[in-house]
Amino acid sequence: MNVGLFIPCYIDQLYPQVGIATLQLLERLGLSVTYPTNQTCCGQPMANSGFEHLTQGTSYNFVTNFSEFDYIVCPSGSCTLHIKDHLHDEGHPDKAISIRKKTFELTEFLTDVIGIKKLAAHFPHKVGLHQSCHGLRGLGLAQMSELMAPPFSKPESLLNMVTGLELIELERKDECCGFGGTFCVFEEAVSVKMGQDRIADHSNHGAEYITGVDMSCLMHLEGILRRQKSKVKVIHIAEILNSVNK
Amino acid sequence: MNPQNNTHSELAEKFNRDVERVNWHDKTLWFVREKRDKAAHQIAEWEQLREAASQIKNNVLSNLHDYLIEFEKNAVRHGVHIHWASTAQKHNEIVHSIIKKHGANHIVKSKSMLTEECGLNEYLHQQGVNVVDTDLGERIVQLANEPPSHIVLPCIHWKKEEIGELFHQHLGTPKGNADPQFLTAAARVHLREHFLTSRVALTGVNFAVAETGEIIVCTNEGNADLGVQLADVHIACMGIEKIIPKRKHLSVFLRLLARSATGQPITTYSSHFQKPREGQEMHIVLVDNGRSERLASDDFRNALKCIRCGACFNTCPVYRRSGGHSYHTAVAGPIGSILAPGFDMAKNADLPFASTLCGSCTNVCPVKIDIHDQLYKWRQVLVQNGHTTASKKTGMNVMSQMLSHPTVYRFSGAVGRWVMRTLPLMINNKFNPWYKQREMPKASTQSFRSWYLNQRKHEQ
Repeated sequence: MNVGLFIPCYIDQLYPQVGIATLQLLERLGLSVTYPTNQTCCGQPMANSGFEHLTQGTSYNFVTNFSEFDYIVCPSGSCTLHIKDHLHDEGHPDKAISIRKKTFELTEFLTDVIGIKKLAAHFPHKVGLHQSCHGLRGLGLAQMSELMAPPFSKPESLLNMVTGLELIELERKDECCGFGGTFCVFEEAVSVKMGQDRIADHSNHGAEYITGVDMSCLMHLEGILRRQKSKVKVIHIAEILNSVNK
Repeated sequence: MNPQNNTHSELAEKFNRDVERVNWHDKTLWFVREKRDKAAHQIAEWEQLREAASQIKNNVLSNLHDYLIEFEKNAVRHGVHIHWASTAQKHNEIVHSIIKKHGANHIVKSKSMLTEECGLNEYLHQQGVNVVDTDLGERIVQLANEPPSHIVLPCIHWKKEEIGELFHQHLGTPKGNADPQFLTAAARVHLREHFLTSRVALTGVNFAVAETGEIIVCTNEGNADLGVQLADVHIACMGIEKIIPKRKHLSVFLRLLARSATGQPITTYSSHFQKPREGQEMHIVLVDNGRSERLASDDFRNALKCIRCGACFNTCPVYRRSGGHSYHTAVAGPIGSILAPGFDMAKNADLPFASTLCGSCTNVCPVKIDIHDQLYKWRQVLVQNGHTTASKKTGMNVMSQMLSHPTVYRFSGAVGRWVMRTLPLMINNKFNPWYKQREMPKASTQSFRSWYLNQRKHEQ
């Protein structure tokens, strides 16, 4: 199995440790993983702002970098969803369609494709899981609180394999954090208020760490936590699942 | 409604200056969302009901022309006068002509979002007709000279103490009395006088049954019924999309409507009006006002499935923290944000951006409107039609160029991180909206890519 590692641009630039954890985690499972070094961005920042017509360049670049792999794995629900829903390449429509089908967010790749049942990870902390909306409602990584359907959660099932980790309950288990891409600057007041409220829910329930499948939500929450001088930290789920010998 | 032409983000920023109020507003509406969840959980076949409602509405939208003709034929058979209005203006003129014919200068009106959409109250006021809204919440905002902030809970942004003060000023209740039961009783006395003296009563329409020509009006206060039963003339105003094919389909919609709206099993009153009583006149005004145009659009057609339950408002984390008036349109919230640009793109270009695209609205919608997908699509349409700022356009072009070229991307990333590390004040300043209430991420010295290349080099 030939896995292409898709690292979102902001993780590449600002959170390399998340990319490293993802790569190490996949390699420890015995997978052959390659990071195509000319990748940039999926194009979501333009598309969600109403400029989908400006994503031809990023789409072409994405297809060029990733068409050869059996699977494409990404430690971000949001970027994965963008590829699955919106990747177009007029020059190579078949390649774009094939990429849409073989791109997976990290946790769903682990539970659905690899089917892992145990992990050698240890993380002795109280952790709150932030359900990022695009992973939750877009990719269906867990049951959504609005629907009257049986519960399940792919990220939670993985966190439950981590020894020492205590997952905390939240009052609103899947409310949006308010990041929303450019929403976070164009609707600054509401965005920050949403983030503050999400943080309060986690800290009121004793979280030492807030984790999730999307570093973008966590970056927004981290910005608020640091401004509040809070002791609560954010950590990407890949870092927890990769926390061996720590 | 919004004389300064403020955008949603500007109005939301003002709303957020009073943190306690935002917290209260958020919690009040979240409570309604939780009530909806509990009510829905009691129906084992909830998701099948949603699917059935969605399919019935799809059928209606595909065959609207035939159902409207059938409805008209059956209504006329029962002695109802049918009027067709292509625009809001025509609707207002028709309603006024009926009132004028009967020499009335005063009418009672139960809740109708359509008349809000058409600006009927203002129009009639200009013609010298006084409209008294009889839904308690609507009467409260009317006394305060405000539009409703929520389609089901019009005065949800008012605290009971404030309502006590408003009633003290307008209805002469004792100062300082904020007891909800007392204030409601005072409103009843006040409204009773209007009910008894109005010869014309106007109502909205929740459902219009093609098969029988009847209309159904759902209220919790019985104000529609009282108004209609006491008046000589009943005028019912509806958008053409309110049609359902058969009476039996109410068994789907009535189960969904109140549970989605407030968590009640059903509204207190679900009143059927089929023909005028002896000596009474009954009119139904069917309004298009842009709906036909919407019907022709593959991307936005199914917004016409909306049954105005307001569930998308209550679940929306942005609505709960920005208040209904920040949407500066008759129908606020997520559904309003996909309806309003259809009426006026320039005026409402900000609304599809007042969302994180979290998708909760789509999940609670009892008729399965793809609200968040339509928000995304409206963003594209708005930008394509030039409803964006020059600075955003330039920014997006630069970003697109940078991200389309790997070398430019890597160079810009390295420069950006260097600036963040060495000249933080260039970024951490008041011109950066991120930095206003958030710290910037710490810039690492190397990108993931450089780490990866290094590591692979060592492995070899």
